[in-house]
Amino acid sequence: MSSAVISTTAAQGRFFVFEDETVVDEAAASAAPGWFSGRTTDMAAGGYRPQSANEKSKLLSAITPASRLELRPAPEMVPSGISAIDALTGGLPRGCLTEICGPASSGRATFLSAALAATTQRGEFCAVVDASDALDPQSLVNAGVNLGRLLWVRCGDHFPVKKASPQRHPSTAFRAGRDAEKRKQGHPERNRASGGADLPANDSRFSSEHCLEQLLRATDLLLESGGFGLIALDLCDLPPQTARRIPLTTWFRFRRAVEHTPTVLLALERQSIAGSCSSLLLKSVLGSRFSALSEERMQLLTGMEIKVEVVRSRLNMNWETTFIDRKPPGSASAAFSCKTAWTG
Amino acid sequence: MFACIFIPNFPVAAMVRAEPELRPQAVAIFDGKPPLEKIGAVNEKAGAMKITTGMTKAQAELCPEIALRARSSAQEASAHAALLDCAQSFSPCVEDAATDTAILDLAGMESLFGTLPEIVRAISDRAAGLGLNTHVAIASNPDAAVLAARGFSGTTLIPAGKEAAQLGRLPVAVLFAGAGMDEANLLEMLERWGIRNLHDLAVLPEVALSERLGQQGLHLQKLARGAAARTLVPVKEPLVFEESVELEYPVVLLEPLAFLLNRMLEQICARLAARALATQELRLTMETAAGPRPSAVSQTLEPEDGGTGFFSDGRNRFQRTLRLPLPMLDAKLFLKLLQLDLNAHPPGAPIFKIHLAAEPARSRSAQGGLFLPPAPEPEKLELTLARIAGIVGESRVGSVELLDTHRAEGFRMKRFTAAAASETKSSGNILEEKPSIAALRIFRPPLRVTVTLQNGGPSSIVCAKKKEVQGVVLWKAGPWRSSGDWWEREAWSRDEWDIAVQGAEEVALYRLVHDLLDGIWFVEGTYD
Repeated sequence: MSSAVISTTAAQGRFFVFEDETVVDEAAASAAPGWFSGRTTDMAAGGYRPQSANEKSKLLSAITPASRLELRPAPEMVPSGISAIDALTGGLPRGCLTEICGPASSGRATFLSAALAATTQRGEFCAVVDASDALDPQSLVNAGVNLGRLLWVRCGDHFPVKKASPQRHPSTAFRAGRDAEKRKQGHPERNRASGGADLPANDSRFSSEHCLEQLLRATDLLLESGGFGLIALDLCDLPPQTARRIPLTTWFRFRRAVEHTPTVLLALERQSIAGSCSSLLLKSVLGSRFSALSEERMQLLTGMEIKVEVVRSRLNMNWETTFIDRKPPGSASAAFSCKTAWTG
Repeated sequence: MFACIFIPNFPVAAMVRAEPELRPQAVAIFDGKPPLEKIGAVNEKAGAMKITTGMTKAQAELCPEIALRARSSAQEASAHAALLDCAQSFSPCVEDAATDTAILDLAGMESLFGTLPEIVRAISDRAAGLGLNTHVAIASNPDAAVLAARGFSGTTLIPAGKEAAQLGRLPVAVLFAGAGMDEANLLEMLERWGIRNLHDLAVLPEVALSERLGQQGLHLQKLARGAAARTLVPVKEPLVFEESVELEYPVVLLEPLAFLLNRMLEQICARLAARALATQELRLTMETAAGPRPSAVSQTLEPEDGGTGFFSDGRNRFQRTLRLPLPMLDAKLFLKLLQLDLNAHPPGAPIFKIHLAAEPARSRSAQGGLFLPPAPEPEKLELTLARIAGIVGESRVGSVELLDTHRAEGFRMKRFTAAAASETKSSGNILEEKPSIAALRIFRPPLRVTVTLQNGGPSSIVCAKKKEVQGVVLWKAGPWRSSGDWWEREAWSRDEWDIAVQGAEEVALYRLVHDLLDGIWFVEGTYD
């Protein structure tokens, strides 16, 4: 891949200077001594102007137009575990961030279970960083997840009293100083004793922010560790205003960390928060009905219908050759139904 | 052929091995009880400063450049163990001749380690890797090898039949190294006779020597000729890999402690590597300053994973055990794991003594595959898990194991290992045949709700903690009654309802639970 080094003069509407050009060719230097010897000064003084047609054509030949830049290869797509979604999106892209957003009972946990089951059955390892400690192991087993291949990071209950360490990433340590004061106000013990059911409003906000900080730090470590087929961030129960506090640079860092790796990075949330960092954004809602057996004296929940819409996809529509950062012309949607475990 | 590894000036060598920064300095080791400590051993540089054995510590302290250290039996034991490790890494037949001397039988070793000059160099290099400056000699019999190692510095190779010629140059005192009073008298007698080296002793007439010194004299003459033959007494040392450091001044901060731990870990790892072993368990025991004894801790506490006990002198004992999922041999990784563990569980008192032991295990052999799915590297994963445990808590990271119970939350966390899940890989197409199963998101802790009942079933719910969880119940299924553990203290009995609640914007499905023992209602989770 040819990487272009864009000089500051490029921003002012001047020539792009490419990496290949920065290596001074002796022959070219002797042929055009003024160009190479005085280039830096000329550029700094207001730009070089080629004197002859020969020089101009040589200069133009060194410039690669954006239309001929090498296209990024399409990411490998892996099955999500739900055939309707696979048909809609082609699966989940490796080395990319995928967002699933939706309200409560919109099938996000079902989607996560299916993706975990598919990944573990391929023999890969998964990690779930659970901001609200909401994962249900029994549901995972029902979905076919191999629990031995699943790493579960449960954020939320641990409040280590530590000062802000310089090793911590600045974006993940954004609340350390202020949190120390709040910790002194008797958070953990009292809430543990009462089962955490009576958190005051301030403590609840602190708790969710603390969970968020734990989630970001744990995710950083897992991405750095590597080797996981799927890393899922569960932000579903965080208040949207808290989830939106994650800086865009953090999502960009996650995207860069997962790029060129076989890891699927999945974020489950109420609203989309990663912006343009996500390669695939799906929105799910509970369908118009949930299926139930209904008789005079007995009713039974048998399943749900979930509607999924592709809000944004940066993946090529035919999944074969190229990977173009372009929004699809129109959104697509699909629906799938899931059964309850006891339906059989 | 036999090889002898000899550590000259053993007390100093053991000290320098524990504190490598002392290597370029003048070092003197003192022994005894205050205020009568006397210098027991000095290195060459200290000797050049006129520091000699037998001086009092106070006299030696007049020389400001000298590094004075108390003799440490623990460090000498570690150095002796390292010496045996070095010898046993070359030959299974090793004799523990003295604290500073090991003899090994090299029969058949040439096919493994090359020629004799290569073997003698390899032994010297391996000993240097273990922090020991040694003299190594190879001879056709054990005693000649010992004399050569004690007499010649560096590496020595005596060909068979040349023992008398080579050993003849050595002073006669080499026969009496580490000897008692009787032997000292004998040495004095030989010197009075004008016998200065082994050649002089070797050429004495045997009958005359026997008349004057008896069988002992004849034995000494055989040794001097390099003709004493005997069989080795092999040692069967248990595989113990331990290092200890006694500190003159207590360590208070974790950072200087890390330096000490790093040094000990490197020594242990070098010893394990010399035996082609790894470790799966590290036990760190530290003596800390005496503090108030918690009443809950008994005198003879032997904590499995970590804790505090007491020594008879009143000092506390702090112990941590680091268990690894796989045998590993990486000193840096161990140091980082210990640091993270000590950060989470600080000793809480100044540290006087550190003891580190490694449980040996066979190194793992894993064959990688080009087409195997990706898996986390065990070493990297272990460090990552330790770091995450420092963030979220030890009990909140790992894999899940379901318990054999119908009780809610019937699971427990266990250690996550990449190697444990080695089940056979199944094809990924299985899921396409199976329908999706609706998953539940659990509220931990459960959300207490106020329920309005109508005809025995819930008609509306209100949750004070979570405003979204409230509204009119549009549909309900239940109650599904379950109970268990009634034969134990923590019995449970509950009714479950599956309800659809009309929220502010959308409908949500919840699992509503009525605890029949406490009479409270709570939302356990949401179908999502």
